[in-house]
Amino acid sequence: MIGESMYQELILEHYKHPQGRGLREPYDTEVHHVNPTCGDEITLRVKVGDGGEIIDVSYDGQGCSISQAAASVLHELATGSTVDETLSVVDEFTRLMQGRGRVEADEEVLGDAVAFAGVAKFPARVKCALLSWMAYKDAVVRSAR
Amino acid sequence: MTQISFDVEKIRKDFPVFSRELPDGRPLVYLDSGNSSQKPSQVIDTMRDHLALHYSNVGRAMHVLGAESTDAYESARDKVAAFVGAPSRDEIVFTKNASEALNLVAYSFGNPANTDPRFTLGPGDEIVISEMEHHSNIVPWQLLVQRTGATLKWFGVTDDGRLDYDPSVVTERTKIVSIAHQSNVLGTVNPVAEVAARAHEVGALIMLDASQSVPHHPVDVTRLGADFVAFTGHKMVGPSGIGVLWGRAGLLEAMPPFLGGGEMIEAVWMDRSTYAPVPHKFEAGTPPIVEAIGLGAAVDYLTEVGMEAVEAHERTLTSYALDALREVPGLRLIGPDSLEERGGTLSFTLEGIHPHDVGQILDDQFGVAVRVGHHCARPLHLRFGIPATTRASFYLYNTTGEIDALVRGLHHVQKVFA
Repeated sequence: MIGESMYQELILEHYKHPQGRGLREPYDTEVHHVNPTCGDEITLRVKVGDGGEIIDVSYDGQGCSISQAAASVLHELATGSTVDETLSVVDEFTRLMQGRGRVEADEEVLGDAVAFAGVAKFPARVKCALLSWMAYKDAVVRSAR
Repeated sequence: MTQISFDVEKIRKDFPVFSRELPDGRPLVYLDSGNSSQKPSQVIDTMRDHLALHYSNVGRAMHVLGAESTDAYESARDKVAAFVGAPSRDEIVFTKNASEALNLVAYSFGNPANTDPRFTLGPGDEIVISEMEHHSNIVPWQLLVQRTGATLKWFGVTDDGRLDYDPSVVTERTKIVSIAHQSNVLGTVNPVAEVAARAHEVGALIMLDASQSVPHHPVDVTRLGADFVAFTGHKMVGPSGIGVLWGRAGLLEAMPPFLGGGEMIEAVWMDRSTYAPVPHKFEAGTPPIVEAIGLGAAVDYLTEVGMEAVEAHERTLTSYALDALREVPGLRLIGPDSLEERGGTLSFTLEGIHPHDVGQILDDQFGVAVRVGHHCARPLHLRFGIPATTRASFYLYNTTGEIDALVRGLHHVQKVFA
């Protein structure tokens, strides 16, 4: 059924055992994003090294399994990567999420985030998946300034 | 009182939507009538018949179709007036929804062109609402306060979801009190007659948002003690696009017009106008003709079933649901845990599981349609320290079997997220 394909094991796993959750020091930028229609919110911090490497992404917030799992996957993908690399992953993730289920996901680029492909078929839930990723993009762009 | 027979299976046959299946062969379990109700064939057929054979504009067309349309539209007003016990049909104003009815009254206050002291409003004057209101009974008053410099006050809500009624909130400075008759989240039925008496004691007016009560209980506006009552067609087996404002004739006559346009006038010069008598003064432009006629058919339908019978059936469902939900571990009911002064709207949280996830799985795997989110009552959710709830709301066509389906679904949701 539809629900089964949306709630992938990997998503539930990240929801039950979120990676990197909790706000940490040091950080360059902190952002707070909300989803006004459902009240989901996230506070997210980013620490970027001199060479553009992502030293830490820490976050705290509340929301549904999709939004919480997306933040956890984001933490895993971004930490240890670079600003440029992660921004291209964010772009690919955004393209997938906004593709109404008709976009072929690039697993090479997305890694575990490909598990969210099923969410794209539910317009009401797309913004749940994108909340932390948009917050991250916002924070990274501000840190790089 | 005579015992009215109520056959829910017979009622369900009147609603074509219950003959359909959802994708993958799931049956539809519709527990979202507090959001919007389903429509019986009697309403659908009446609207189709009018559109097909009798349609024309109302009030101004001097021909057979115009006469038939006007007659059907004005008959709908008679039916609605009788349904809520309005002393006069002229006290029924058709609007596009309850929100417009609430806004209409809010815009009557603080209008410089109107000097009636009941509707003057300025700094120092007060408006009283409550913390359990739908946004449509909050925002119009916030906007009024912004326009006039008046003060917005409110009654709180108790931990068990009752109105925390403190008569001293209503003072000599209060111009209007506007509260829900029944909460769209908690299901709580408020002691409106008591609040109305207090409002009148200090010379204030009282408005009731009856969007969640008129569809579910026998309502007599004169017994409520209110001055204005707003409700909407789509929640009472009628169509969307039609709402109702009932107001005491003397008040409606004293109020300034709301929207200007065709049919609300008596005479127009280039620099001024005089206005039609109520209710037409408040019905500018071509009204939602077929929708009003559909609401008339909805009222006929509910009257034939009997509102006492509807109320009794929902009470049975609510009692059954309260018992069933108590057995779900980790479920926290937001609202009264007893049948006393409450309707068939049950909102709750499941520990550790976000309502969006609850609603998604109920829908996708069980065909159970509930509402999730803040239900346009964000301040109430803030009051309880939660971002959202899952809400099941019942109507005359629901069955205890559907409540069983809801509970089965909730157990499955808990398994998925365990």
